[in-house]
Amino acid sequence: MKFSHELIEKNIGLLGIFTVIAISFGGLVQITPLLFQKDTTEPVEGLIPYTALQIEGRDIYVREGCYNCHSQMIRPLRAETERYGHYSVAGESVWDHPFQWGSKRTGPDLARVGGRYSDKWHEVHLIDPRAVVPQSNMPGFPWLMDNTLDGKLTRKKMEILSNFHPEHNLYSEEEFAGAQKAVEGKTEMEALIAYLQSLGHALK
Amino acid sequence: MIMSNFWSIWITVLTLIVIAGCFFILRKMSKNNTGIKEGESMGHSFDGIEELNNPLPKWWAYMFYITIVFGLIYLAMYPGLGNYKGLFGWTSSNQSVRSMEESKAAVDAAKAENRLSQYDREVAHADEKYGPIFAAYLATPLEELVKNEEALKVGGRLFLQNCAQCHGSDARGSKGFPNLTDKSWLYGGELADIKTTLMNGRNGMMPPKGGLPIEDSELEGLAEYVVKLSGGEHDAALAAQGQGSFMKGCFACHGMDGTGNKFMGAPNLTDNDWLYGGSRGAIVESIKYGRAGVMPAWKDILGEEKVHVITAYVYSLSNK
Repeated sequence: MKFSHELIEKNIGLLGIFTVIAISFGGLVQITPLLFQKDTTEPVEGLIPYTALQIEGRDIYVREGCYNCHSQMIRPLRAETERYGHYSVAGESVWDHPFQWGSKRTGPDLARVGGRYSDKWHEVHLIDPRAVVPQSNMPGFPWLMDNTLDGKLTRKKMEILSNFHPEHNLYSEEEFAGAQKAVEGKTEMEALIAYLQSLGHALK
Repeated sequence: MIMSNFWSIWITVLTLIVIAGCFFILRKMSKNNTGIKEGESMGHSFDGIEELNNPLPKWWAYMFYITIVFGLIYLAMYPGLGNYKGLFGWTSSNQSVRSMEESKAAVDAAKAENRLSQYDREVAHADEKYGPIFAAYLATPLEELVKNEEALKVGGRLFLQNCAQCHGSDARGSKGFPNLTDKSWLYGGELADIKTTLMNGRNGMMPPKGGLPIEDSELEGLAEYVVKLSGGEHDAALAAQGQGSFMKGCFACHGMDGTGNKFMGAPNLTDNDWLYGGSRGAIVESIKYGRAGVMPAWKDILGEEKVHVITAYVYSLSNK
């Protein structure tokens, strides 16, 4: 059969294959090399692996969809770094699977929110944001105070994270063994706050 | 970011192949390859709708050529082809730094060679403009600075940006977050005290029941005594009982007369300002479970220059 316009147009499968080839060039150029760069695969100095409680908190962050309104990506623009601190670099996200850069800021960026407010402030603010910031349009998350963690999957989560980086010993045997105990009975609020307070210390 | 030669060549070759491919396909498609005269039917007809052999619209094809030329010029001027730095040597920021020290070193090195990144140039420009202003503020003693209307305005802006989240945009605070417009201060309201608080932060340290052997049954009396101290209407007998409990050790921080201690951040119990509420219930809660308000340290986030100006602003709120 002659290779022609007509052939591609009348065979939807072939059209699909050629379409994928055509659009994959962008990914081959922009994404593939990043998987092999030290800048994107090696952690920055002093990037501490999430503790058991912080891992659980991170999952709550994802579950509640915080990334829908909060980015974790400070761009290299002075207007941003004046407000949030040093711009984000790729090496700060290597232990995030998936990363929480987000793409929309209804609320402020959280990449360096750790240590900026007290634990108590986070608690009050998460239960009812308007209790401390009357102008806020963030929803409240009061149920985080009532839900407690059982920690049954915590060890598993730590193992998965650790398996992503076999060349780094992210956790010791004791940390794995104590994972469930470290979170059992803690509220989701405590876990989420522990996660938030851990953000962004490496470049501060 | 410097990558290995393999990836540099990979990116360069693929990018140029795609651009060249676009060019050749566009050129081929601009010619009539069908053997059918322009404007005549291709022989496809359905429901009375016919496909004609129309050429690519000229405006569209020329725009495509222009984008190809634009792309090539752009790739010559700016970094895009692997490790090639572009004719301008332009970079957006120092993306490969791995610590604050490296970040500072990268800026210094770039400054020495006069090839600052876009971001660093923006910062250098701002430092040139605002640096002397903040340096002059820092060199001004706080006692003088509080009389500088302009400095107070700057401090107000910084306050709204960094402090209003807890203390409120009117600085009146809320439950658990101090009102800065009144005259009661946990850690002292002098200029030096305020600056220390801002720079290093504060950690409240009232443990449950003050860490004292106080029974739950005594709480009611204690609260009554605290109400008495602050000048409220009270049950004298119950308050007297509470005073006994107070003497078990509360005075160590709050003072024998209950006027507090700014070195411990122990509040004055004799005024009528309440950080966690002044009802009997709220007082009982404070005593029973303790309170540990935390003020974060700002010296690393804002730096002393800005803290200095904010100190003047915060002081001015209660010293008009």
